[in-house]
Amino acid sequence: MMNKKTLIYDGSFNGFLTAVFNAFDEKISVADIQKNGRVQNGLFSDSETIFTNVAKAKRVWSGVRTKSCNAINTIYFAFLSETDGVEFMCYRYIQKLMATKERKHADFSDETVLYLSQLARKVSREKHRMEAFVRFQLTKDKVYFANVEPDFDVLPLISKHFRNRYADQRWLIYDIRRKYGIFYNLEGVELVSLDLHEIHHNRTGKSTAFTQREYQYQDLWSSYFKSTHITSRINRKLHVQHVPKRYWKYLPEKKEAV
Amino acid sequence: MNYQRIKEKLDILADAAKYDVSCSSSGSKRTNTKKGLGDSTSMGICHSYTEDGRCISLLKILLTNYCIFDCAYCVTRKSNDIKRAAFKIQEVVDLTINFYRRNYIEGLFLSSGIFKSPDYTMERLIAVAKKLRTQENFNGYIHLKSIPGASDELMHEAGLYADRLSVNIEVPTISGLKLLAPDKKHEDFTKPMRKVKQELLRYASERKRIKSTPKYAPAGQSTQMIIGATGESDKDIMFSATHYYQQYHMKRVYYSGYVPVAEDKRLPSMGSQVPLLRENRLYQTDWLLRFYGFKVTEIVNDRHPNLDMEIDPKLSWALRNMEYFPVDVNTADKRMLARIPGVGMGSVSKIIGARRFRKLNWEHLKKIGIALNRAQYFIVCDSRHWQRANLDSLTIKGKILQNSRSKFRTQHSNQLTLFN
Repeated sequence: MMNKKTLIYDGSFNGFLTAVFNAFDEKISVADIQKNGRVQNGLFSDSETIFTNVAKAKRVWSGVRTKSCNAINTIYFAFLSETDGVEFMCYRYIQKLMATKERKHADFSDETVLYLSQLARKVSREKHRMEAFVRFQLTKDKVYFANVEPDFDVLPLISKHFRNRYADQRWLIYDIRRKYGIFYNLEGVELVSLDLHEIHHNRTGKSTAFTQREYQYQDLWSSYFKSTHITSRINRKLHVQHVPKRYWKYLPEKKEAV
Repeated sequence: MNYQRIKEKLDILADAAKYDVSCSSSGSKRTNTKKGLGDSTSMGICHSYTEDGRCISLLKILLTNYCIFDCAYCVTRKSNDIKRAAFKIQEVVDLTINFYRRNYIEGLFLSSGIFKSPDYTMERLIAVAKKLRTQENFNGYIHLKSIPGASDELMHEAGLYADRLSVNIEVPTISGLKLLAPDKKHEDFTKPMRKVKQELLRYASERKRIKSTPKYAPAGQSTQMIIGATGESDKDIMFSATHYYQQYHMKRVYYSGYVPVAEDKRLPSMGSQVPLLRENRLYQTDWLLRFYGFKVTEIVNDRHPNLDMEIDPKLSWALRNMEYFPVDVNTADKRMLARIPGVGMGSVSKIIGARRFRKLNWEHLKKIGIALNRAQYFIVCDSRHWQRANLDSLTIKGKILQNSRSKFRTQHSNQLTLFN
């Protein structure tokens, strides 16, 4: 019997897809697929390092897409959740998808399918929350800047949304936890990494990076926020459910609550 | 920018606008062309939530709260002694653009008290929208209030710049309107609605022939009714809502539990509770009508003029119509699946997707996310486990209430009493 193998890839989505390609191509019996640097060897399995190959990755991508557009989204979204073991689950998912004629992605009585679709759902919720909770602050050099701390790695998913919406202003969204950002320079979006000296969240002091006008608009927004409450209908539980506390420190309207 | 003055105005005019419930920013199709600002093609986004749990997606303000009318239910009525203010057109434009650029909002919801005349007011509202669209190249969402009594020409122009138009009918019955808003006629409300509906149809048919036909109110029109102010029954409300959906092609009808804003003999007194639970049940009914294929008479009718506050309207329909159940989830059609209490439209499509592959049992259904505490009494699946065949509806209702804890359990009282 062939020995089980652990595939090790570089952490990128293309790297993962290359691993899937090799697994199918060489009929490897996969024990696990792990990120470089987070490897845990199994007792009875060998490991093999995968070198990212965009052409191979593309073939897997389009192969899955001919099965179902939904499925490819599910895989990409779930992958970005960075959950432990998600690569192997995605691999199992692709196997099942390929082994079935059609509509396997809608088989919600299959555990793998259900698990991945629920995971993708979580990531998609976080994506939507980021589209809502990103708050730009205008810097003195006329860049609309926002720092965020999303639960999942959603910047690649929100870039198009912000590019379409703010086509006439330069903006930068920076992920503090993953230490990279997306910057729009009026032409296109590029990935950037920064030496961020301070994190700009709610506090009483004012940073010199921003103009006085910027703080005035934040105040206007907070006071607008306050005057929308209807006190006879107050429902704090619902409020916190919609705006979870972990986002508060980046929302100017919650400045006083933090 | 005169910061202090703007802040003061914003406080007054946002406070007065908050009783308008509609805050949707979805359903429009305005793409960002020519590298302008904003895009409202995708789904709506709620950028924040008030402490009462309603979404904030639009900058919702009045242009002014000066008003020549004296409607009993309204904060800005003429006889109410409150601070008055008015925005300049440019001030509203600046606020909208600057809030939008910082990703605070999806767009503007502009309403107004009626000063001088309906037409004069409507003209100013249109001027704001026009300036945003033409001078600022703004493609975000704009919701304009149609002022009751505004002329047809103005309603036509408004639709060219706005994504959504709305007139609030406020009082669901004509007799109630006479009582609370003696200055307004029912026709004043329906006239702009009818015009908007005609224009929507006209533009849609023109677009079939000429693709470049400009957009007219792409997110349609909506209206709002106050609940619990004039003692109308749930049947009155839902029949009237259905009328507006059918006759005026409304995208949405909103129900707003009456918040007492002024002492008046004709209305519930200050401090009486807002009928939140009733509001919730009405929205549930609204959803059943729009997405679940129910007819209004199935849910409220002469025998059942009011909704059951203890259980949701779909469950109460099911308990009254036990002859349709049990439904076999492995064979039933979509329409019938949607009628099972505890099964939403999301679950319906999951069931249909999954049952191509195998027969579903209780375990599958639970994992898919069906509310079995309610659904179990109404379905059979791939299991012999179904002993509930001979329970009558009262017993089932009792069991469901026993095993569930509604978030509204403190409010299971009767409806707000009036005129006591």
